Amino acid sequence: MTTHTLSVLVENKPGVLSHVAGLFSRRAFNISSLAVGPTADERVSRMTIVVDGASTPVDQVAHQLDKLVRVLKVVQLDSAVAVERELALIKVRAEPERRGQLLEVASVFGANVVDMSPDTLVLEAVSSPAKLDSLLAILHDYGTCELVRTGRVALARGSAVITDVPDEAAAERAESAA
Amino acid sequence: MQLTGAQALVRSLEQQGVDVVFGLPGGAILPAYDPLLSSSLRHILVRHEQGAGHAAEGYAWATGRVGVCIATSGPGATNLVTALADAYMDSVPMVAITGQVPSALIGSDAFQEADITGITLPITKHNELVTSVERVPAAIAEAFHIASTGRPGPVLVDLPKDVLQATGSWSWPPVMELPGYRVPGPPSTSAIRAAAELLRTARRPVLYVGGGVIKSDSHEELRRLAEIARAPVTTTLMARGAFPDAHPLALGMPGMHGMYPAVAALQEADLVVALGARFDDRVTGRLADFAPKARIVHADIDPAEIGKNRIPDVAIVGDLKPILAGLADALAESASAGAQAPDTADWLAILDGWKREFPLRYAQQADGPLKPQYVVERLSRLTGGDAVVVAGVGQHQMHATQHFSFTRPRSWINSGGAGTMGFAVPAAMGAQVGRPGELVVAIDGDGCFQMTAQELATCAIEKLPIKVLIMNNGFLGMVRQWQELFYGERYSYVELGTAIPDYVKLAEAYGCVGMRCDRPEDVDAVLEKALAVTDVPAVVDFRVHDREGVFPMVPAGQSNDAIVLGPEFSADEQRAAARRDMNPAGT
Repeated sequence: MTTHTLSVLVENKPGVLSHVAGLFSRRAFNISSLAVGPTADERVSRMTIVVDGASTPVDQVAHQLDKLVRVLKVVQLDSAVAVERELALIKVRAEPERRGQLLEVASVFGANVVDMSPDTLVLEAVSSPAKLDSLLAILHDYGTCELVRTGRVALARGSAVITDVPDEAAAERAESAA
Repeated sequence: MQLTGAQALVRSLEQQGVDVVFGLPGGAILPAYDPLLSSSLRHILVRHEQGAGHAAEGYAWATGRVGVCIATSGPGATNLVTALADAYMDSVPMVAITGQVPSALIGSDAFQEADITGITLPITKHNELVTSVERVPAAIAEAFHIASTGRPGPVLVDLPKDVLQATGSWSWPPVMELPGYRVPGPPSTSAIRAAAELLRTARRPVLYVGGGVIKSDSHEELRRLAEIARAPVTTTLMARGAFPDAHPLALGMPGMHGMYPAVAALQEADLVVALGARFDDRVTGRLADFAPKARIVHADIDPAEIGKNRIPDVAIVGDLKPILAGLADALAESASAGAQAPDTADWLAILDGWKREFPLRYAQQADGPLKPQYVVERLSRLTGGDAVVVAGVGQHQMHATQHFSFTRPRSWINSGGAGTMGFAVPAAMGAQVGRPGELVVAIDGDGCFQMTAQELATCAIEKLPIKVLIMNNGFLGMVRQWQELFYGERYSYVELGTAIPDYVKLAEAYGCVGMRCDRPEDVDAVLEKALAVTDVPAVVDFRVHDREGVFPMVPAGQSNDAIVLGPEFSADEQRAAARRDMNPAGT
């Protein structure tokens, strides 16, 4: 699945999340994941939104998001020049005789064991979405009991910060895209 | 100075220059109604909050200013929802003020509680639940700013009762904090130059004019551009009146029920210049087949419209007024620099041929049933186009926009995008409030009329002499037409009957003048009598032919090439129309 990652700065005010989520539902945009949290500036929150590129015109998403009054900035992140990470907690079946193998898998993927019961382990994995998908594929064979993922967060590589990047939805971009 | 939230609200509205609000009080908004009584604002007490919403819209359409409506919490607020959705679709500047249950009760399913900011989130340009009394002036100022700038739209401000009752410090103007709200700056001169060059060299250009031209008050700039570019102009349902219908370059309305010359011109154009228009499905027909030979210039104040439905070759984002002036200037400059002037003579000759061969056509027999088109045409003649025409949604709306010859902007008001039945009477009320002393005529259907007729009481009491011409065919006519054409004449639940209610008695019961007319020869006399009433509304029950359809018609979802001229055209004529003869008449 082709996905597009949008970094969105929003005002940290009540109702902002519902404005963003409501937009996606009203415009029939498909959202793969949405992660939101505070930034260094307490007045601003940052959302990382991953949209399904096949069914959703990402430029249109950016433009419509930018029209929301509480949205400050929309930047499309190219995954080739961005660091993308996702955290997952995975409860996996781990009978004593298979525990060793599982720990090996976990260590290959840099996942930590954060809880253990007589027949399960909870792994904590932080990695790129693709690597996380491969870990999950392997764990599937062991028997994944329960899974929670945070959704993707991303930052552009290099010294540029989001406030330097031109706004994805600015008028000039609409004109030059024509 | 210390004021209550309610006083701050009313004072803020006064400071915004609001002269009239349409509303209906109730529990949660009561604190605001007390200072309203002693304010400079005129409050018009409607009979249903939907009427307040559409009246605010009609006021905004007619004046270009922000329309304001007020309702209480819960059902009062939800009754505004249709009007808000309507205003959102048609980019109508409007501010809705709603009362809300006290902050402490929000979320508790309190009496008359509704999450109106949640409900209206997808149908407002912005909304806000105000959480402190200090915030009131800024919330109102921001609401007016957002509603009226950029692409206009409705903004809702929800005020909990305790916020209205609390006391806080007042100052004006407040500091607006809208870091995420941007209005496009001056348009790109290079984009304007590129578009002007396309216009200069196009041989078959069409200016596809949308509601943005009216909203930006740039009809004069449009006319200058059309004349310099020698480009024909088609005005969408939202733009009727932006360009005089009698102008030689006018093609009329495009789209599903558009005039043949406009629809066909877009299909044959080599350049379509969309000005404040959004490539709506009712205009384009099947999108993939729309204007297939044309390069596209798209000018709009909303960057999100660019490329939403059709990718343009040149996009210009910004206010249409400087864009249109810039395009005309660029053409004038290149002419004075010796460049070849636009050469559209052959194209205009072709279009003139189409206008002659395929005009709007209907048959009014002297002793036959009354045709709605005839009523509209007589109204147009008798008023000379000097009226504000308001329509509901359906056949009467299409007949009105087709057969009234518009001469100026803001003389046509209707529900375009949302297609809200029941729009006409309350919107006419709002238009009459905004344009006192002018002739405001609602052309309505019998189905539409019954949805909001209660506002006749408001009009009668407020001495708003709107005219309501009911095209009474006893059916939900447009639905009936679709059932006739697409459902094998199975008329499923569309017959309303012409006799109930008795519209004359109903009008009289509401304190209005009521009249009835069912013969063509009486139309002029009845219209003259209705137009002469100046103190209360006049309602005319025109008993019109129940089988009359709206034509031309492009069946929904089909290409505009599939345009059907209608029963008044012969099979030969229909075939000729489908061929679209591109030889200028007489050559």
